[in-house]
Amino acid sequence: MSLFNVFDIAGSAMSAETVRLNVTASNLANAQSVGSSEQSTYHARHPVFAAVMGSLRDNAASAGVAVSGIVESQAPLEQRYQPEHPMANEEGYVFLPNVNIVDEMANMISASRSYQGNVEVLNTSKQLMLATLKLGQ
Amino acid sequence: MPINFDKALGVFPQHLSLYGKRSTLLASNLANADTPGFKARDIDFQAALQRANGDQLHMTRTHRSHLGGRAASISDPELLYRVPMQPSLDGNTVDSQLEKAQFAENAVRYQATLTFLSGKFRGLRSAIKGE
Repeated sequence: MSLFNVFDIAGSAMSAETVRLNVTASNLANAQSVGSSEQSTYHARHPVFAAVMGSLRDNAASAGVAVSGIVESQAPLEQRYQPEHPMANEEGYVFLPNVNIVDEMANMISASRSYQGNVEVLNTSKQLMLATLKLGQ
Repeated sequence: MPINFDKALGVFPQHLSLYGKRSTLLASNLANADTPGFKARDIDFQAALQRANGDQLHMTRTHRSHLGGRAASISDPELLYRVPMQPSLDGNTVDSQLEKAQFAENAVRYQATLTFLSGKFRGLRSAIKGE
């Protein structure tokens, strides 16, 4: 029954979108976490999605999604001169994370819309399967 | 005269399995709407149905070492790539609005086929009962 595959596919997409939402939440939460050096400051993180081909039974063309990794943004950090700040380094600078709030909000909306779409697919397939089970009754 | 279920049900069981396959494909397109480099796939439903009805072209082999060529069957329809209207920079060709519309249409067709099938079963049952 090929409709069973839909559950695997939509489920994998939902978990991938959840990872994306989690990462966005952590970026937004740490948007103001300053540090005293380049290394110790939070860098914006982004998930990398990849299609999983052929691992699902009998239909090689259908593909689920997996998060193949989470990369840290290499964009330069903003330095701010705040000598009175407790985290300031010897020169009086604090480092701010390279989180772009606007990017993160757009990412969040895109992830939640994709999640909703997959839930709809799952619901429709479930109804179709239940109707198929009732066939001939 | 014995009742032949395959004949009585007609083409509908094959349609049902084809719609099921197509919904899997469309679901994987939608699932990969954000995957870089993913190419959306679909099947040509009309062509697959024509093959199911038996009017398919066979390759003629003029030499015994020629390859036969894979004839796409109803259970293994030929998978095509969707031509994107607006491909994105990351190489993804999924248009999620289009895929959602296709998925909804496919679901309605599946449901319609189910309705036809249950009508067939009702007819068979009343024929068996002799009412």
